Amino acid sequence: MPVSIGSSPGSTASADTPAAGATVELVDAHKKFGSVEALRGVSITVRPGELVGLLGPNGAGKTTAISLMLGLRRPTTGTARLFGLEPRDLRARSRTGVMLQESGIPLTLKVREVVDLFRTYYPKPLPTDTVVESAGLGEFQNSLVGKLSGGQRQRVYFALAICGDPEALFLDEPTVGLDTATRRSFWEQVRGFKRHGKSIVLTTHYLDEADALADRVIVIDHGLIRAEDTPEAIRGLVPGKKVSFTWPGFTAEALAGLPVEGLAIGGPRVTFLTSHPEDVLRSLLAGGAPITDLEVAGAGLEEAVLVLTGGR
Amino acid sequence: MIAAQTQAEFRRLFRVWEFTGFGLAFPLILYVFIGLQGSGPGAAAYHKYVLASMCAYAVVNIALSTFGISVANERGTRMDALLRAMPVRPIAPLVGKTIAAVAFALAAILLLFLAGILLAGIAMPSEQWFNLTWRLLLAIIPFICMGFAIGYLTGPSGAVLAVNLILLPMSFASGIFFPINGLPAFIKDIAPFLPMYHLGHLAWNAVGVPYDDLWKSVAWLAGYSVVFLAVTLWAVRREDDRRFT
Repeated sequence: MPVSIGSSPGSTASADTPAAGATVELVDAHKKFGSVEALRGVSITVRPGELVGLLGPNGAGKTTAISLMLGLRRPTTGTARLFGLEPRDLRARSRTGVMLQESGIPLTLKVREVVDLFRTYYPKPLPTDTVVESAGLGEFQNSLVGKLSGGQRQRVYFALAICGDPEALFLDEPTVGLDTATRRSFWEQVRGFKRHGKSIVLTTHYLDEADALADRVIVIDHGLIRAEDTPEAIRGLVPGKKVSFTWPGFTAEALAGLPVEGLAIGGPRVTFLTSHPEDVLRSLLAGGAPITDLEVAGAGLEEAVLVLTGGR
Repeated sequence: MIAAQTQAEFRRLFRVWEFTGFGLAFPLILYVFIGLQGSGPGAAAYHKYVLASMCAYAVVNIALSTFGISVANERGTRMDALLRAMPVRPIAPLVGKTIAAVAFALAAILLLFLAGILLAGIAMPSEQWFNLTWRLLLAIIPFICMGFAIGYLTGPSGAVLAVNLILLPMSFASGIFFPINGLPAFIKDIAPFLPMYHLGHLAWNAVGVPYDDLWKSVAWLAGYSVVFLAVTLWAVRREDDRRFT
């Protein structure tokens, strides 16, 4: 169920009119791996100071999109630009910080040492103390990277991403596998970085993460952009309440004529979205529906994305 | 940046006891077992000969394991992906690795020298000590190329196996552990085609063993450098096609 929304800047840029001063630009990018089309014509523009969240289920094409932006992969057709340059250009890369999914770091170096090493890759790095401080690594700075926990190691990756004082930050699934508290403190770090006017591209399949951080959310699924707007606007695309209950032997006919969307049946558990939960439930209960375990909750970004990505 | 990269490599080499133990201690232990035997008139020449052999072995061992195993590990842990997104030319980290490997090899050679002097009472003109050292440090190049090829053609666990499968048989077949005359005939026939055979001859010649084909051996080693470099470039390109296009 593709939904196209409004006039977001990226979707209207065409190949011959690149957005002036855009930090990142993908124009009609296609990417094929053998016979698999990971991206099927994706255009994304990220402007200076913007935090864009790429959201979608696993395998949607988010990581492929970020790889094209960084020049780690090349589009099969279409173009990728970083600061108006070919992404592999060292001038573009020296303005870029990166956190990749599952990339390794030298485990035999201490935190401070690995930060110092990566600082030497950049022309104008931040002072090591500033980097260590902003990544919340103060107390671990003399620990070996190999001895850190997953969450602490993720902070090291963040430190490496910001150590070059980049104008643009690319974060590919930065909080996978982290507990809630660690994720929230990571969000604080990202917000702090954004306050300095940096552009950030973040891929995530955590909706609350996109909701909490992004100025603009791009929903990707099956290699296509399904929606692109502010988190609020995307949330507004679906009816306001999520209703769920248990009803063994339920058939969809029970809801015939009622204002519901996104019906999902999982065993005896029935879930749907509606703007008028009271009316729907009154009608069902009046008809003698054997409902138990009733829940009514506000629909969020999660439901919106489920609807947008066809329930995957 | 290259200085920082070299420093990081050094820290790795000296912090991981597998590297330190394998690179520095293992040749030393081997030397103590096979290098101190013998007395009488032939002993002095024999001691020098074994010392040169062990130094050659130590150098090749470091080139293959430093390059082969660590390159394979970096690919296996996707450390190379992060480096590829950095504003550095891919060659810079390799320069750092090369410098660190050469310096590590020098450390291994000096340790063996010390053992030779203290335990076997080896005495030779300073010219011979010096010749042996610089010849080995220069002739490490083809083996660094070889290690690099192994690192790109295998994975993290395969690299360890490949290095051991290559290093030990090649050392035996090149006359590094036992004089070549004692080897089976078919191995004697293969030996002149092995890079380590030529390294061995450069090393033995440096400590006074007469050898007429010095330049032929240099040419063999240069040829091997070119071949392994070509294999490496091919493997790097293959890797590029698989993971970075």
